[in-house]
Amino acid sequence: MKGLEIAVTHTIGSFSLSLEFRSSAHLLAVGGPSGSGKTTLVNMISGLITPHSGMIRINGATVFDSDKKINIPVHKRRIGYVFQDGRLFPHLNVRSNLLYGKWFARKDSAIEFETVVKFLGLESLLSRGTAQLSGGERQRVAIGRALLSAPELLLMDEPLASLDQARKNDILPYIERLRDEIKIPIVYVSHNAQEIHRLADEILMLKDGTVESISANDKS
Amino acid sequence: MIYMSLTPSEIDALLISLRASFFATLFGLPFAILIAYVLARFRFPGHGLLNVVVHLPLVLPPVVTGYLLLLTLGRKAPLGAALETCCGIVFSFRWTGAALAAGIMAFPLIVRAVRLSIEAIDTRLEQSALTLGAHPVWVFLTITLPLALPGIVAGAILGFAKALGEFGATITFVSNIPGETQTLPSAIYSYTQIPNGDGPALRLVIIAIVISMAALFASEAMARRVKTRIIS
Repeated sequence: MKGLEIAVTHTIGSFSLSLEFRSSAHLLAVGGPSGSGKTTLVNMISGLITPHSGMIRINGATVFDSDKKINIPVHKRRIGYVFQDGRLFPHLNVRSNLLYGKWFARKDSAIEFETVVKFLGLESLLSRGTAQLSGGERQRVAIGRALLSAPELLLMDEPLASLDQARKNDILPYIERLRDEIKIPIVYVSHNAQEIHRLADEILMLKDGTVESISANDKS
Repeated sequence: MIYMSLTPSEIDALLISLRASFFATLFGLPFAILIAYVLARFRFPGHGLLNVVVHLPLVLPPVVTGYLLLLTLGRKAPLGAALETCCGIVFSFRWTGAALAAGIMAFPLIVRAVRLSIEAIDTRLEQSALTLGAHPVWVFLTITLPLALPGIVAGAILGFAKALGEFGATITFVSNIPGETQTLPSAIYSYTQIPNGDGPALRLVIIAIVISMAALFASEAMARRVKTRIIS
Protein backbone atom coordinates (compact mmCIF):
# COMPACT_ATOMS: atom_id res chain seq x y z
CA MET A 1 0.00 0.00 0.00
CA LYS A 2 1.24 3.49 -0.92
CA GLY A 3 1.49 5.76 2.08
CA LEU A 4 1.77 5.36 5.77
CA GLU A 5 0.47 2.85 8.32
CA ILE A 6 1.17 3.51 11.96
CA ALA A 7 0.17 1.93 15.27
CA VAL A 8 2.55 2.92 18.05
CA THR A 9 2.74 3.61 21.74
CA HIS A 10 5.49 5.57 23.40
CA THR A 11 6.25 7.38 26.63
CA ILE A 12 8.70 10.21 27.27
CA GLY A 13 8.74 11.11 30.97
CA SER A 14 5.14 11.78 31.96
CA PHE A 15 3.97 12.25 28.35
CA SER A 16 2.48 9.17 26.79
CA LEU A 17 1.51 8.76 23.20
CA SER A 18 -0.68 6.19 21.52
CA LEU A 19 -1.36 6.66 17.81
CA GLU A 20 -3.04 4.52 15.22
CA PHE A 21 -3.90 5.62 11.68
CA ARG A 22 -3.25 4.99 8.03
CA SER A 23 -3.09 7.44 5.19
CA SER A 24 -2.37 7.30 1.49
CA ALA A 25 -2.72 11.04 0.91
CA HIS A 26 -0.23 12.90 -1.27
CA LEU A 27 0.07 15.38 1.52
CA LEU A 28 -1.01 14.44 5.01
CA ALA A 29 -1.04 17.47 7.27
CA VAL A 30 -0.54 16.85 10.97
CA GLY A 31 -2.02 19.50 13.23
CA GLY A 32 -2.78 19.98 16.88
CA PRO A 33 -1.63 22.09 19.83
CA SER A 34 1.99 22.17 21.05
CA GLY A 35 2.78 19.09 23.07
CA SER A 36 0.21 16.96 21.26
CA GLY A 37 2.96 14.75 19.83
CA LYS A 38 3.40 16.07 16.26
CA THR A 39 7.20 16.23 16.26
CA THR A 40 7.45 12.97 18.20
CA LEU A 41 5.39 11.34 15.47
CA VAL A 42 7.64 12.49 12.62
CA ASN A 43 10.75 11.63 14.61
CA MET A 44 9.40 8.12 15.05
CA ILE A 45 8.70 7.82 11.33
CA SER A 46 12.25 8.98 10.54
CA GLY A 47 13.76 6.64 13.13
CA LEU A 48 15.28 9.40 15.26
CA ILE A 49 13.02 8.19 18.09
CA THR A 50 12.32 4.50 18.63
CA PRO A 51 8.75 3.91 19.80
CA HIS A 52 8.21 1.78 22.87
CA SER A 53 6.05 -0.63 20.90
CA GLY A 54 3.99 -0.96 17.72
CA MET A 55 4.68 -0.88 14.00
CA ILE A 56 5.39 1.66 11.25
CA ARG A 57 5.01 0.86 7.57
CA ILE A 58 6.00 3.17 4.71
CA ASN A 59 4.68 2.37 1.23
CA GLY A 60 4.11 -1.19 2.36
CA ALA A 61 7.62 -1.68 3.75
CA THR A 62 7.92 -2.28 7.49
CA VAL A 63 10.51 0.06 8.99
CA PHE A 64 9.59 -0.67 12.60
CA ASP A 65 7.84 -3.59 14.25
CA SER A 66 8.42 -4.25 17.94
CA ASP A 67 6.89 -7.78 17.78
CA LYS A 68 9.10 -8.87 14.90
CA LYS A 69 12.08 -6.93 16.32
CA ILE A 70 12.42 -4.85 13.15
CA ASN A 71 13.94 -1.40 13.51
CA ILE A 72 15.53 -0.06 10.33
CA PRO A 73 18.20 2.52 11.27
CA VAL A 74 17.64 6.15 10.32
CA HIS A 75 20.09 6.21 7.44
CA LYS A 76 18.48 3.23 5.72
CA ARG A 77 14.84 4.39 5.95
CA ARG A 78 14.99 6.63 2.89
CA ILE A 79 13.05 9.39 4.56
CA GLY A 80 13.56 12.99 3.53
CA TYR A 81 13.28 15.24 6.56
CA VAL A 82 12.91 19.01 6.32
CA PHE A 83 13.36 20.53 9.76
CA GLN A 84 11.95 23.80 10.99
CA ASP A 85 15.41 25.37 11.22
CA GLY A 86 16.76 23.99 7.94
CA ARG A 87 19.80 22.40 9.55
CA LEU A 88 22.05 23.07 6.59
CA PHE A 89 25.66 22.01 7.07
CA PRO A 90 27.56 25.21 7.88
CA HIS A 91 30.90 24.00 6.50
CA LEU A 92 29.49 23.18 3.06
CA ASN A 93 28.19 25.54 0.40
CA VAL A 94 24.71 25.27 -1.08
CA ARG A 95 25.75 22.92 -3.87
CA SER A 96 27.51 20.52 -1.49
CA ASN A 97 24.57 20.65 0.90
CA LEU A 98 22.21 19.73 -1.93
CA LEU A 99 24.43 16.89 -3.09
CA TYR A 100 25.06 15.44 0.38
CA GLY A 101 22.21 12.95 0.29
CA LYS A 102 22.53 12.22 -3.43
CA TRP A 103 25.66 10.15 -2.71
CA PHE A 104 23.48 7.62 -0.89
CA ALA A 105 20.39 7.73 -3.09
CA ARG A 106 19.52 4.72 -5.22
CA LYS A 107 20.54 5.64 -8.73
CA ASP A 108 17.34 4.43 -10.43
CA SER A 109 15.01 6.48 -8.25
CA ALA A 110 17.17 9.57 -8.01
CA ILE A 111 15.84 12.93 -9.11
CA GLU A 112 18.18 14.92 -11.34
CA PHE A 113 20.17 17.66 -9.63
CA GLU A 114 19.31 20.16 -12.38
CA THR A 115 15.62 19.34 -12.07
CA VAL A 116 15.58 20.06 -8.35
CA VAL A 117 17.65 23.23 -8.69
CA LYS A 118 15.27 24.55 -11.34
CA PHE A 119 12.19 23.39 -9.49
CA LEU A 120 13.17 25.31 -6.34
CA GLY A 121 14.80 28.27 -8.13
CA LEU A 122 18.23 27.72 -6.58
CA GLU A 123 20.35 28.48 -9.68
CA SER A 124 21.88 31.68 -8.31
CA LEU A 125 22.56 30.31 -4.83
CA LEU A 126 24.68 27.25 -5.62
CA SER A 127 28.11 28.63 -4.76
CA ARG A 128 26.97 30.56 -1.69
CA GLY A 129 27.81 29.66 1.88
CA THR A 130 24.84 28.81 4.07
CA ALA A 131 25.37 31.88 6.26
CA GLN A 132 24.59 34.11 3.26
CA LEU A 133 21.09 32.72 2.77
CA SER A 134 17.82 34.25 3.91
CA GLY A 135 15.42 32.14 5.96
CA GLY A 136 13.29 31.34 2.92
CA GLU A 137 16.31 30.41 0.82
CA ARG A 138 17.57 28.13 3.58
CA GLN A 139 14.30 26.24 3.62
CA ARG A 140 14.28 25.87 -0.17
CA VAL A 141 17.79 24.42 -0.01
CA ALA A 142 16.72 22.10 2.82
CA ILE A 143 13.78 20.88 0.71
CA GLY A 144 16.06 20.36 -2.30
CA ARG A 145 18.59 18.48 -0.21
CA ALA A 146 15.90 16.15 1.11
CA LEU A 147 14.48 15.56 -2.40
CA LEU A 148 17.90 14.69 -3.82
CA SER A 149 18.31 11.86 -1.31
CA ALA A 150 15.48 10.19 -3.31
CA PRO A 151 13.20 9.58 -0.33
CA GLU A 152 10.20 7.27 -0.17
CA LEU A 153 8.48 9.80 2.04
CA LEU A 154 9.08 13.45 2.80
CA LEU A 155 8.66 14.70 6.37
CA MET A 156 8.28 18.43 6.89
CA ASP A 157 8.20 19.63 10.47
CA GLU A 158 6.91 23.21 10.63
CA PRO A 159 9.08 24.17 7.64
CA LEU A 160 7.59 27.67 7.49
CA ALA A 161 7.25 28.43 11.20
CA SER A 162 10.41 30.51 11.42
CA LEU A 163 9.54 32.67 8.38
CA ASP A 164 7.53 35.86 8.17
CA GLN A 165 4.27 35.91 6.19
CA ALA A 166 5.88 37.26 3.00
CA ARG A 167 8.48 34.48 2.96
CA LYS A 168 5.79 31.92 3.72
CA ASN A 169 3.85 33.10 0.70
CA ASP A 170 7.03 32.69 -1.36
CA ILE A 171 7.51 29.08 -0.35
CA LEU A 172 3.93 27.79 -0.23
CA PRO A 173 3.65 27.52 -4.04
CA TYR A 174 6.81 25.38 -4.11
CA ILE A 175 5.27 23.00 -1.61
CA GLU A 176 2.03 22.86 -3.60
CA ARG A 177 3.97 22.00 -6.74
CA LEU A 178 5.93 19.42 -4.79
CA ARG A 179 2.65 17.82 -3.74
CA ASP A 180 1.17 17.87 -7.24
CA GLU A 181 4.17 17.19 -9.49
CA ILE A 182 6.60 15.00 -7.57
CA LYS A 183 5.17 11.68 -6.60
CA ILE A 184 6.55 11.45 -3.08
CA PRO A 185 4.05 11.33 -0.22
CA ILE A 186 4.50 14.19 2.23
CA VAL A 187 3.79 14.36 5.95
CA TYR A 188 3.49 18.03 6.82
CA VAL A 189 3.44 19.15 10.44
CA SER A 190 2.01 22.56 11.20
CA HIS A 191 0.04 24.34 13.87
CA ASN A 192 -1.13 26.90 11.32
CA ALA A 193 -4.73 26.12 10.30
CA GLN A 194 -4.51 28.29 7.18
CA GLU A 195 -1.42 26.46 5.88
CA ILE A 196 -2.98 23.09 6.62
CA HIS A 197 -6.20 23.97 4.87
CA ARG A 198 -4.34 25.24 1.81
CA LEU A 199 -1.93 22.31 1.43
CA ALA A 200 -3.49 19.16 2.81
CA ASP A 201 -5.22 16.32 1.02
CA GLU A 202 -5.89 14.75 4.36
CA ILE A 203 -5.70 16.18 7.87
CA LEU A 204 -4.61 14.32 10.98
CA MET A 205 -5.38 16.15 14.21
CA LEU A 206 -3.52 15.09 17.35
CA LYS A 207 -4.44 15.86 20.93
CA ASP A 208 -2.60 14.81 24.09
CA GLY A 209 -0.70 12.09 22.26
CA THR A 210 -3.72 10.50 20.59
CA VAL A 211 -5.49 10.81 17.23
CA GLU A 212 -8.34 13.27 17.61
CA SER A 213 -9.49 12.97 14.00
CA ILE A 214 -8.32 12.07 10.52
CA SER A 215 -10.31 13.24 7.53
CA ALA A 216 -10.05 14.41 3.94
CA ASN A 217 -9.51 18.13 3.49
CA ASP A 218 -12.21 19.91 1.56
CA LYS A 219 -10.10 22.52 -0.24
CA SER A 220 -13.05 24.37 -1.76
CA MET B 1 72.38 32.10 15.45
CA ILE B 2 71.72 30.29 18.67
CA TYR B 3 71.34 27.16 16.58
CA MET B 4 74.81 27.70 15.04
CA SER B 5 76.48 27.77 18.43
CA LEU B 6 74.89 24.53 19.63
CA THR B 7 77.13 21.54 20.24
CA PRO B 8 76.36 18.34 18.30
CA SER B 9 74.82 16.68 21.35
CA GLU B 10 72.61 19.73 21.93
CA ILE B 11 71.45 19.60 18.32
CA ASP B 12 70.74 15.91 18.85
CA ALA B 13 68.68 16.75 21.93
CA LEU B 14 66.69 19.34 19.97
CA LEU B 15 66.07 16.97 17.05
CA ILE B 16 65.11 14.07 19.36
CA SER B 17 62.67 16.36 21.15
CA LEU B 18 61.10 17.53 17.89
CA ARG B 19 60.94 13.99 16.48
CA ALA B 20 59.52 12.45 19.66
CA SER B 21 56.92 15.21 19.99
CA PHE B 22 55.93 14.97 16.34
CA PHE B 23 55.33 11.23 16.48
CA ALA B 24 53.71 11.48 19.91
CA THR B 25 51.16 13.89 18.42
CA LEU B 26 50.77 11.99 15.14
CA PHE B 27 49.99 8.66 16.79
CA GLY B 28 48.16 10.14 19.77
CA LEU B 29 45.77 12.30 17.74
CA PRO B 30 43.54 9.58 16.18
CA PHE B 31 43.08 7.87 19.56
CA ALA B 32 42.45 11.21 21.24
CA ILE B 33 39.76 12.08 18.67
CA LEU B 34 38.11 8.69 19.09
CA ILE B 35 38.07 8.91 22.89
CA ALA B 36 36.95 12.54 22.83
CA TYR B 37 34.07 11.54 20.53
CA VAL B 38 33.06 8.63 22.76
CA LEU B 39 33.21 10.80 25.89
CA ALA B 40 31.29 13.64 24.22
CA ARG B 41 28.56 11.65 22.52
CA PHE B 42 27.86 8.49 24.51
CA ARG B 43 26.75 7.75 28.04
CA PHE B 44 27.58 4.26 29.26
CA PRO B 45 28.63 2.48 32.46
CA GLY B 46 32.30 3.23 32.88
CA HIS B 47 32.05 6.68 31.24
CA GLY B 48 33.33 8.35 34.39
CA LEU B 49 36.10 5.81 34.81
CA LEU B 50 37.29 6.25 31.22
CA ASN B 51 37.33 10.01 31.72
CA VAL B 52 39.39 9.64 34.90
CA VAL B 53 41.87 7.22 33.31
CA VAL B 54 42.39 9.55 30.34
CA HIS B 55 43.06 12.48 32.65
CA LEU B 56 45.30 10.54 35.02
CA PRO B 57 48.62 11.57 33.37
CA LEU B 58 47.61 15.18 33.95
CA VAL B 59 47.43 14.78 37.74
CA LEU B 60 49.80 11.90 38.51
CA PRO B 61 53.40 12.82 39.28
CA PRO B 62 55.10 12.34 35.87
CA VAL B 63 57.67 10.09 37.50
CA VAL B 64 54.83 7.69 38.39
CA THR B 65 53.68 7.56 34.77
CA GLY B 66 57.27 6.95 33.67
CA TYR B 67 57.75 4.22 36.24
CA LEU B 68 54.49 2.52 35.24
CA LEU B 69 55.70 2.57 31.63
CA LEU B 70 58.98 1.02 32.74
CA LEU B 71 57.06 -1.68 34.63
CA THR B 72 54.83 -2.55 31.67
CA LEU B 73 56.98 -1.84 28.61
CA GLY B 74 60.52 -2.21 29.90
CA ARG B 75 62.55 -4.94 28.23
CA LYS B 76 62.19 -7.23 31.23
CA ALA B 77 58.45 -6.64 31.58
CA PRO B 78 56.26 -9.31 29.92
CA LEU B 79 54.49 -6.90 27.57
CA GLY B 80 57.70 -5.10 26.60
CA ALA B 81 59.48 -8.41 25.95
CA ALA B 82 56.54 -9.74 23.93
CA LEU B 83 56.47 -6.61 21.74
CA GLU B 84 60.17 -7.00 21.05
CA THR B 85 59.99 -10.68 20.08
CA CYS B 86 56.81 -10.42 18.01
CA CYS B 87 57.25 -7.12 16.21
CA GLY B 88 60.73 -5.84 17.02
CA ILE B 89 59.26 -2.84 18.82
CA VAL B 90 61.39 -1.57 21.68
CA PHE B 91 60.45 1.44 23.79
CA SER B 92 62.80 1.38 26.74
CA PHE B 93 65.93 3.50 26.41
CA ARG B 94 65.05 4.48 22.83
CA TRP B 95 63.73 7.71 21.39
CA THR B 96 60.51 5.83 20.59
CA GLY B 97 60.04 5.46 24.35
CA ALA B 98 60.49 9.20 24.72
CA ALA B 99 57.77 9.64 22.08
CA LEU B 100 55.46 7.23 23.92
CA ALA B 101 55.98 8.92 27.30
CA ALA B 102 55.47 12.35 25.76
CA GLY B 103 52.39 11.13 23.91
CA ILE B 104 50.80 9.78 27.06
CA MET B 105 51.48 12.99 28.96
CA ALA B 106 50.07 15.12 26.14
CA PHE B 107 47.05 12.86 25.55
CA PRO B 108 44.66 14.40 28.12
CA LEU B 109 45.25 17.89 26.77
CA ILE B 110 44.43 16.81 23.22
CA VAL B 111 41.34 14.90 24.36
CA ARG B 112 40.06 17.92 26.30
CA ALA B 113 40.45 20.32 23.37
CA VAL B 114 38.83 17.93 20.89
CA ARG B 115 36.03 16.96 23.26
CA LEU B 116 35.06 20.60 23.87
CA SER B 117 34.84 21.27 20.15
CA ILE B 118 32.80 18.12 19.52
CA GLU B 119 30.42 19.04 22.34
CA ALA B 120 29.95 22.44 20.72
CA ILE B 121 28.60 20.83 17.53
CA ASP B 122 24.82 20.83 17.16
CA THR B 123 23.89 17.11 17.22
CA ARG B 124 20.84 17.96 15.11
CA LEU B 125 23.19 18.48 12.15
CA GLU B 126 24.38 14.90 12.58
CA GLN B 127 20.77 13.69 12.78
CA SER B 128 20.00 15.60 9.65
CA ALA B 129 22.89 13.84 7.84
CA LEU B 130 21.54 10.47 9.02
CA THR B 131 18.12 11.21 7.55
CA LEU B 132 19.83 11.95 4.22
CA GLY B 133 21.04 8.35 4.16
CA ALA B 134 24.60 8.73 5.46
CA HIS B 135 26.00 5.86 7.52
CA PRO B 136 26.97 6.99 11.06
CA VAL B 137 30.68 6.50 10.27
CA TRP B 138 30.29 8.71 7.21
CA VAL B 139 28.41 11.29 9.28
CA PHE B 140 31.34 11.34 11.68
CA LEU B 141 33.86 11.81 8.85
CA THR B 142 31.96 14.41 6.83
CA ILE B 143 30.07 16.39 9.50
CA THR B 144 31.49 15.89 12.99
CA LEU B 145 35.19 15.87 12.10
CA PRO B 146 35.23 18.96 9.84
CA LEU B 147 33.14 20.95 12.33
CA ALA B 148 35.49 19.93 15.17
CA LEU B 149 38.56 20.87 13.14
CA PRO B 150 39.44 24.06 15.04
CA GLY B 151 39.55 22.10 18.29
CA ILE B 152 41.49 19.27 16.69
CA VAL B 153 44.14 21.60 15.30
CA ALA B 154 44.42 23.55 18.55
CA GLY B 155 44.59 20.31 20.54
CA ALA B 156 47.27 18.84 18.31
CA ILE B 157 49.52 21.88 18.59
CA LEU B 158 48.95 22.17 22.33
CA GLY B 159 49.75 18.46 22.66
CA PHE B 160 52.90 18.93 20.61
CA ALA B 161 54.04 21.75 22.88
CA LYS B 162 53.28 19.69 25.97
CA ALA B 163 55.18 16.71 24.53
CA LEU B 164 58.14 18.96 23.82
CA GLY B 165 58.26 20.00 27.47
CA GLU B 166 57.84 16.51 28.91
CA PHE B 167 60.57 15.64 31.39
CA GLY B 168 59.64 13.49 34.39
CA ALA B 169 58.01 10.53 32.66
CA THR B 170 60.57 10.56 29.86
CA ILE B 171 63.67 10.55 32.04
CA THR B 172 62.18 7.84 34.27
CA PHE B 173 61.20 5.60 31.38
CA VAL B 174 64.04 6.06 28.87
CA SER B 175 66.71 7.78 30.98
CA ASN B 176 68.92 10.58 29.65
CA ILE B 177 71.27 9.11 27.05
CA PRO B 178 72.85 11.80 24.81
CA GLY B 179 72.13 11.11 21.15
CA GLU B 180 69.47 8.50 21.91
CA THR B 181 66.95 9.59 24.54
CA GLN B 182 68.24 12.95 25.69
CA THR B 183 65.55 15.53 24.95
CA LEU B 184 65.76 19.29 25.27
CA PRO B 185 64.46 19.33 28.87
CA SER B 186 66.74 16.50 29.97
CA ALA B 187 69.74 18.21 28.33
CA ILE B 188 68.89 21.37 30.27
CA TYR B 189 68.62 19.30 33.43
CA SER B 190 72.05 17.74 32.77
CA TYR B 191 73.63 21.17 32.38
CA THR B 192 72.19 22.35 35.66
CA GLN B 193 73.94 19.43 37.37
CA ILE B 194 77.47 20.31 36.23
CA PRO B 195 79.75 23.28 37.06
CA ASN B 196 79.66 26.11 34.50
CA GLY B 197 76.54 24.62 32.94
CA ASP B 198 74.44 27.79 33.33
CA GLY B 199 75.40 29.33 29.98
CA PRO B 200 74.58 26.29 27.83
CA ALA B 201 71.47 25.62 29.91
CA LEU B 202 70.21 29.15 29.27
CA ARG B 203 70.82 28.75 25.54
CA LEU B 204 68.59 25.67 25.48
CA VAL B 205 66.03 27.37 27.70
CA ILE B 206 65.69 30.16 25.15
CA ILE B 207 65.17 27.61 22.37
CA ALA B 208 62.53 25.85 24.45
CA ILE B 209 60.70 29.13 25.11
CA VAL B 210 60.80 30.14 21.44
CA ILE B 211 59.45 26.78 20.21
CA SER B 212 56.70 26.69 22.83
CA MET B 213 55.56 30.23 22.10
CA ALA B 214 55.63 29.59 18.37
CA ALA B 215 53.47 26.49 18.90
CA LEU B 216 50.93 28.42 20.96
CA PHE B 217 50.75 31.24 18.43
CA ALA B 218 50.38 28.72 15.62
CA SER B 219 47.63 26.95 17.54
CA GLU B 220 45.66 30.17 18.01
CA ALA B 221 46.19 31.30 14.42
CA MET B 222 45.18 27.95 12.92
CA ALA B 223 42.10 27.70 15.09
CA ARG B 224 41.05 31.20 14.04
CA ARG B 225 41.66 30.49 10.36
CA VAL B 226 39.71 27.25 10.36
CA LYS B 227 36.89 28.88 12.27
CA THR B 228 36.52 31.78 9.85
CA ARG B 229 36.61 29.37 6.93
CA ILE B 230 33.82 27.29 8.44
CA ILE B 231 31.65 30.28 9.27
CA SER B 232 32.01 32.03 5.91
